[in-house]
Amino acid sequence: MNMEKILEVKNLKTYFTLKSDKFGAEPEVVKAVNDLSFDVMKGEILGIVGESGCGKSTLGKTILKLNHKTDGEILYHGEEVFNLNDKDLKDLRKQMQMVFQDPFSSLNPRKKVGSLLAQPLQIHKMGSKQEIDEKIDRIMKEVGINPVYKGRFPHQFSGGQRQRIGIARALMLNPEFIICDEAVSALDVSIQAQVLNLLLDLHDKYNFTYIFIAHDLAVVEFISTKILVMYLGKIVETADKKELVKSHLHPYTKALFDAFPATNPKGRENRDPVLMGDVPSPINPPSGCYFHPRCPRAMEKCKMEYPPLREVSPGHKVACWLYE
Amino acid sequence: MDTANNKVLLSMEDISVSFYTHRGIVKAVRHLNLKINKGDTLALVGESGCGKSVTAHTINQLIPIPPGKIESGKVIFEGRDLLKLSDKEIASLRGERISMIFQEPMTSLNPVFKIGDQIADVFMTHQDIKREEALAKTVRLLEMVKIPAPERRIKDYPHQLSGGMRQRVMIAMALASPEPGLLIADEPTTALDVTIQAQILRLIADLKRDINMSVLLITHDMGVVAETADRVIVMYAGRKMEEANVYSLFDNPVHPYTQGLLNSLPSNEKYTDSNRLEAINGTIPDLLTIGDECPFENRCPHAMPICREPFPSETKIDDDHSVWCHFVEGKDASPSSKLVYDQGRE
Amino acid sequence: MDTLVQENREEDMVEKNSLFREAVFQLKGNKPAIVGFIIIISFIMMAFFSPWLTPFDPDIQDISIRKTAPFISSHILGTDDLGRDLLTRIIYGARISLVIGTFSVSISLSFGILIGLISGYYGGWVDRIVMRLIDIMLAFPYILLTIVIVAILGPSLTNAMLAIGISQIPQYARVVRASVLAEKENDYITAERSLGTSNFELMFKSILPNCIAPIFVQATLGIGDAILSSAALSFLGLGAQPPTAEWGLMIASSREFVTSAWWIVTFPGIAVLFTVLGFNLLADGLRDVLDPRMRD
Repeated sequence: MNMEKILEVKNLKTYFTLKSDKFGAEPEVVKAVNDLSFDVMKGEILGIVGESGCGKSTLGKTILKLNHKTDGEILYHGEEVFNLNDKDLKDLRKQMQMVFQDPFSSLNPRKKVGSLLAQPLQIHKMGSKQEIDEKIDRIMKEVGINPVYKGRFPHQFSGGQRQRIGIARALMLNPEFIICDEAVSALDVSIQAQVLNLLLDLHDKYNFTYIFIAHDLAVVEFISTKILVMYLGKIVETADKKELVKSHLHPYTKALFDAFPATNPKGRENRDPVLMGDVPSPINPPSGCYFHPRCPRAMEKCKMEYPPLREVSPGHKVACWLYE
Repeated sequence: MDTANNKVLLSMEDISVSFYTHRGIVKAVRHLNLKINKGDTLALVGESGCGKSVTAHTINQLIPIPPGKIESGKVIFEGRDLLKLSDKEIASLRGERISMIFQEPMTSLNPVFKIGDQIADVFMTHQDIKREEALAKTVRLLEMVKIPAPERRIKDYPHQLSGGMRQRVMIAMALASPEPGLLIADEPTTALDVTIQAQILRLIADLKRDINMSVLLITHDMGVVAETADRVIVMYAGRKMEEANVYSLFDNPVHPYTQGLLNSLPSNEKYTDSNRLEAINGTIPDLLTIGDECPFENRCPHAMPICREPFPSETKIDDDHSVWCHFVEGKDASPSSKLVYDQGRE
Repeated sequence: MDTLVQENREEDMVEKNSLFREAVFQLKGNKPAIVGFIIIISFIMMAFFSPWLTPFDPDIQDISIRKTAPFISSHILGTDDLGRDLLTRIIYGARISLVIGTFSVSISLSFGILIGLISGYYGGWVDRIVMRLIDIMLAFPYILLTIVIVAILGPSLTNAMLAIGISQIPQYARVVRASVLAEKENDYITAERSLGTSNFELMFKSILPNCIAPIFVQATLGIGDAILSSAALSFLGLGAQPPTAEWGLMIASSREFVTSAWWIVTFPGIAVLFTVLGFNLLADGLRDVLDPRMRD
């Protein structure tokens, strides 16, 4: 395969400082993204999965420079995103787009669909008024919304239709790279399926690269070509989808797969015991491996030291002392 | 009285609920019948706007009236029609025999009181006991819902607990009445992480077995249904579309909507290799303008002219499996001749 | 395409949800708001059509008919101590009050919006400094602040309006800032930022239009407030100067006749009362309708 590396993330860290409650106390730091490294190839769908507070959304926003970064590198086609000047950053915005979770808050309620979709082209001064109009019609058809509804406000559409409009907005600038941040999790199941199909159709047609962020393992497993599992700001395991489904090595990945409700009640009486304990706060993660307090196979070493992310087979990396 | 009736804890007969808004009448639930047997878990499953929560709130009479109005029907709980009881009688039933847990436990707990005191209060309203005794019972109850170190936890305020712990506290509160009869769980795990969801579902299943409680589970998630329910009612736009034993429903979904719903799940086993989902086209109809026809008609791949006629009557697939569909009515729908749901897209 | 057919069917349903229609509909059901609305409309009509509503001139004095009691002659509400028709003066007073209301509210609105937007949008140091300044301004009793400003500028109607406008800026800035803070958390702001929208456009074209509702409520309340304060200033001799037909001034110049000719002081007072009440009722109604939390 001749794959071009489109995005390279190296040792990325994004920390947030919280205001402390106590006067004079040391401010608390949330390590939302804690030393992550991965690559995204052209045409790939990288699924990022994890529970709340694992930093997956922060990661998506940091890549688009919608957040600050604390340390590390984000190289887009070899160029550091955070070093771009205003003009280059504007160009970059053309190529990287984002689709948001909440179809109710991600569209400006005071703008008609037509002007929502025209906005990206106007900002980048692309095309005459007529060209913009034609493009809006074409893209609206493409995402399955009748262009006659251009004059409507977002609240006049249902959740699924709004999400289609959000996708249409992302498509207006002909991007090559789209970050979908929980793009289907607010939708009803039957609508979610429609939108997932749409995203795949677009991927096949335009050879988009996606980063697909979601808490729903089933969705990520369905849509992705490669999966990255996060826990408290760290990558615990990453592999090609097929490989990961076949052999999930990290106990957390295994727990995630197990916790997922099956789509058949058969044999539910004798399923594996569920993972106990709560997701720890990212403010004060446990010592050593962050997962060790909940891990059924924790060892003495797990309490002391965080395991490195190690390649166990080509493309399959896991951060766990069991596989050292 | 025959023996079958003795087992029924709650039944709803021909319930219709509407909301009179300034935009028109929203027909939220129409002609719904359901039964919950003692010790059973009945799941009401459907997408947003299908009327599952309205149904649950009708039992507890938490429907705001107006704009809501219960147009017709009875809710029989242990031989009494709940819709005919006075406010006072309902209030004493709520919490004592029928309790409810919600999607967001933070909003259902009082943020300014310690959780131990909140649960102890429930004990003290229903029983004539002292606070110390109530607190001791609370600790035992928290142990039962598997909250670690309950002696210390009773001194916590709701905001000091995680989402999963709060949901456990809510469940404990529901169990604090002397003889819990029915637990209505309205999307109890929707706001929780998957690993925590698995814990809570397991807990509800264990408790149900241990204390023979009945559960009415409201959810949009077929996975949650598969994990917890005994019987399932699939609802769509205020109507009951299919009702069955959980095994029968998942083995042989008959209604085109149920099939579509299961096919929409990316986790469905049939999608191991294919890369498109068999989605249902379109969106749910407007409950304001909806007529008497089958509400799924506009999205149904099998829609026929008759589907625009009034809503179909019950078709029995077997003893414990019924469906309301004109398409199925005209066909032999026994498990041997499985209906094939053809792919809706292009 | 199947979906398109589907969309067409939904057309009717969707049309009904227009935000404006919804607001009007809900306002219709709100009786106090309707009363307020009627009061305000009549107030504005009075202001616009003053010369046609009365045969008398507000400034022509006629000592021979001074202090005529109400309801006994063609001077329906009687005359004042200089023989001017009271009703006429009240009707003309509506003009001045309307000017005062709109003028001072526009001052506080424009500065309030600007300050609130910048402070809420940028946050950080800018916000902290601006907000502390506003806290200081708010720590002065409102009327005292106005008096100080008028005292510096010199007593006149224009300066009174200016003073009222300036001293109300903090309220507006706070309202705007609060809604900007809430609004900027929405994903659509992030979305538009990720498209490359400039800060200026985000502030004025995206966030501001979404904050209009609370600003509108505050402005409606503010007009009533401004009318009241200008009456107070005029009463103290710091606002309109005689012989202007200004309600506050009318009350002030007739206070010595409170016992002998009650109507001269009472009717202008009632005019102020009703106008301010009208604006407050409407503002309350608008708040109920426009507050997103009140909507389903």
